Amino acid sequence: MYGRKVKLRFFFVISILIVLILSVSLILKSLEENVVYFQSPSEIKNFAELKKKKIRIGGMVKKNSISADSNEISFIITDFKNEINVSYNGVLPNLFEEGKGVVAEGFLKDRNYFLASKILAKHDENYMPPEVKAALEEK
Amino acid sequence: MIKYFEPNKIFSVTSKAPKYVLILFIIVLSIGLTESLIFSPEDYKQSHSVRIMYVHVPAAWITLGIFSSITVLSIIGYIFKIKNFFLISKSLAPSGFIFNIIALVTGAIWGKPTWGTWWVWDARITSMLILTLFYAMYLLAWRIYNDERVYKITSIIAIIGIINVPIIKYSVDWWNTLHQPASINILSKTTIHSSMLFPLMIMTAAFALFSLLIFLMKYNTELIKIKNKGLDRL
Repeated sequence: MYGRKVKLRFFFVISILIVLILSVSLILKSLEENVVYFQSPSEIKNFAELKKKKIRIGGMVKKNSISADSNEISFIITDFKNEINVSYNGVLPNLFEEGKGVVAEGFLKDRNYFLASKILAKHDENYMPPEVKAALEEK
Repeated sequence: MIKYFEPNKIFSVTSKAPKYVLILFIIVLSIGLTESLIFSPEDYKQSHSVRIMYVHVPAAWITLGIFSSITVLSIIGYIFKIKNFFLISKSLAPSGFIFNIIALVTGAIWGKPTWGTWWVWDARITSMLILTLFYAMYLLAWRIYNDERVYKITSIIAIIGIINVPIIKYSVDWWNTLHQPASINILSKTTIHSSMLFPLMIMTAAFALFSLLIFLMKYNTELIKIKNKGLDRL
């Protein structure tokens, strides 16, 4: 069949791959906290101590929770278990809407109140024409 | 097996094929662009900005596909000492690199109107940028080394870089990212409406043909270089 060198090179490549997969997955596992882009309201509630540095919170904008006056908008981010009040003063992305995904960047005042300095909209993986969406909602 | 790698035989294909591939590419691209820019519907939520998807997603698929092919070819080439496979990898790399950059740039253009930002350091986007660096390293290695070492060095870069490919694919499932999860799933339901899926597939075919075209032209050049060196076998 194949020569001895071919077999040796085969096992050499396989062992490189195994070592790489194991070390990369260990590194990523230990860095998990830094790899995630945002945290959910439930994770915020479970913090041992309140973090002073800038963090991001992600979840859904709770239905009927948006209230805006002349210079501030406030709403509630929920993950359907816990929720957190957010207030923000600035430009909102186009896709910011009630019942849709959102990521807020800013500082925690306390466990229930978040002061955002930037708002990003997170959209989902569903794509369809408006007529189909309307038909789905009628069902 | 060796006789199929006879440079003269391959050369007769690679020197004639590009013009037919070019014609096919122009036809498929025209259909794809008309479908995606004119006939496909707007999205219920993103309206017309969803059309960036028809460039962004195929470009990302192609760049991942090409990097995986480069790695597989490099590993086989390294184990069985087939130099031709390294040349195929080398010729595949430029179009993969270009589509990687296209995916990043169109992603930024898409992100601004939808998410509200050009760039974020989330897992999907960062891992895609790492892939760009791997492509750059791979292409640079081919330019730096002119002797036998180049086959080993480029193979090592391809093998290390392949670890990043599943990370890109599953980053949206493993971690919280701003990037949305995959819409097209083999095992579960696809969440793109068929009227939008069709132009996406045509555009993917067009981009694949473009990669094939660039590949054939690059590969042809590599074969001419070998011919000029007076080597009759790879």
